[in-house]
Amino acid sequence: MKTTETSPAGTAEPLHEMKAAPPGAGPGKGGGRGRGRVLNAFSHGVLVLWAFMVVMPLLWAVMTSFKDDNAIFSSPWALPDRLHFENWSRAWSQAHMSDYFLNTVLVVAGSLAGTLLLGSMAAYVLARFDFPGNRFLYFLFIGGMSFPIMLALVPLFFVMNNIQLLNTIHGLILVYIAYSLPFTVFFLTAFFRTLPTSVAEAALIDGASHTRTFFQVMLPMAKPGLISVGIFNFLGQWNQYMLPTVLNTEPEHKVLSQGLVQLAVSQGYKGDWSGLFAGLVMAMLPVLAAYVVFQRQVVAGLTAGALK
Amino acid sequence: MQHGKYRFIVGFLAAPLALYTLFVVWPFVQSIYYSFTDWTGLSPEFSMVGLDNYARLMDDDVFWKSLQHSLLFALLLPVVTIGLALFFAFMINVGGRPRRGAAVSGVRGSSFYKVAYFFPQVLSIAIVALLFQFAYNPESGAINSGLRAIGLGDVQPLWLGDPDLALWCVMAVLVWSTVGFFVVLFSAGMASIPRDFYEAALLDGASRVTTFFRITLPLLRDTIQSGWVYMGILALGAESFAVVQIMTTGPGGPDYSTTVLVLYVYQSAFRDGAAAYATTIGVALLIVTLAFAAAVMRLGRRERLEY
Repeated sequence: MKTTETSPAGTAEPLHEMKAAPPGAGPGKGGGRGRGRVLNAFSHGVLVLWAFMVVMPLLWAVMTSFKDDNAIFSSPWALPDRLHFENWSRAWSQAHMSDYFLNTVLVVAGSLAGTLLLGSMAAYVLARFDFPGNRFLYFLFIGGMSFPIMLALVPLFFVMNNIQLLNTIHGLILVYIAYSLPFTVFFLTAFFRTLPTSVAEAALIDGASHTRTFFQVMLPMAKPGLISVGIFNFLGQWNQYMLPTVLNTEPEHKVLSQGLVQLAVSQGYKGDWSGLFAGLVMAMLPVLAAYVVFQRQVVAGLTAGALK
Repeated sequence: MQHGKYRFIVGFLAAPLALYTLFVVWPFVQSIYYSFTDWTGLSPEFSMVGLDNYARLMDDDVFWKSLQHSLLFALLLPVVTIGLALFFAFMINVGGRPRRGAAVSGVRGSSFYKVAYFFPQVLSIAIVALLFQFAYNPESGAINSGLRAIGLGDVQPLWLGDPDLALWCVMAVLVWSTVGFFVVLFSAGMASIPRDFYEAALLDGASRVTTFFRITLPLLRDTIQSGWVYMGILALGAESFAVVQIMTTGPGGPDYSTTVLVLYVYQSAFRDGAAAYATTIGVALLIVTLAFAAAVMRLGRRERLEY
């Protein structure tokens, strides 16, 4: 992680606020140092407060997942009397968390692979080839970014129903891919435009077909872009709630976010709040852990689009 | 060569385009068409009714309430979220104790703050909503018992159960989960502003508040603008759907006090069996979304600053 310059001495004292401030010049003299310190104390205070507000609910959830039901209701802030690991095993097996996990993994694996493959194919063609209708197709794709999905979901429900894709894992995969294409195409088109043309031309002259050039030359070169957009899509698809809520109501095919909400609605399956909290934390921790490990890539991937 | 090129183009575009057309474009077109029919969604028969659905919309109290709430989401949420994020990002990047040779510096532990603030962004909005639903529980939730613990036992709001408070509670959750993203985004933008700008301004006697409004803000304009559009679209669509549907009773809150357009579309189509009417509300949502994006773009139009 990039830190803003730490002075060599590490805990050096505040020295001069202004580099080479001429003595007596400017209203900052003398007062400048004090003002800097007040500001520093203030900003630390505010920043610590918000950090507390962000981290606290998450820690509270982890703590609660180890308590029994009585303790959850009688004293929400007290530490657990002992670590109730049975909440976790109960949630994993009896509350079907294992099934929801497996469904989510299946759906996300399928749709992420599909999104990256189809998205890069479309983006490559749109970025590197001139043909009638190129602009039109490009705007058709990226137009999807600004439309409210819910509008399309009502007819989509019936389209899916007619072609027997409603409540199926593969149907959900196809829909995820379709709704991920706008941003993916937008991002990768910009990315393919930045890649040098010379390598692809050399490959073509050497007799490689367009298809082969794409898979063996261009796609490996586009790896950084694929990783960024891949992380963006991974998190989006893993956390998706609206699409499965509408298109996937079969209890056996529920994904994590849906399954958890289902548990909460049915009063934490027979009033088992501790198990529900265990499930909640179970769904939360893998993503948080992955974020801590890969935070640079995650941040770059998620903010890539907004910075363009 | 030419022949091969077109075969390649068609081959590569066919699958993505087919999928996109079938699942995204076609339903969009259909939904506008359906908004002029009386289709229930329960049977395949329907007939054209012209503008009846739109007329019904005008007299529908729930629609107006949802519209009001959705507008509040689209206008207030970005202001609060982006304002807070700008404030934190400026603190992180400029609020540090001055060090040798630098006019402005980041606070110690700036990387920690950026990592921690971003946490909620990687979580599913559904999980966040569930978590806060527990926290808001009036009897045994974390917030009210926290208030009791610090001696505010008399202040025990019903939070999500109070029609006047529920909407604000829901919005607070979205602010909580989104601020970190913008802090990181604006931090990256601020880090790329040359330090000499601040040095020169501070030498001239400008206060830090002035440097924020005169240097930081104008140079981040583009980033703020795209962030604004992004946030507004999310707040009108998927995010507000998840929090309102999961957190509030009904769902939609006591006396429709938290319902939003996107939830109303969902309920009309899949609970009330009024598919055509739902698409009509959806068209209204589309218009609001596009108007919002256009307004932000227009307000932000200005010469690009180069540096």
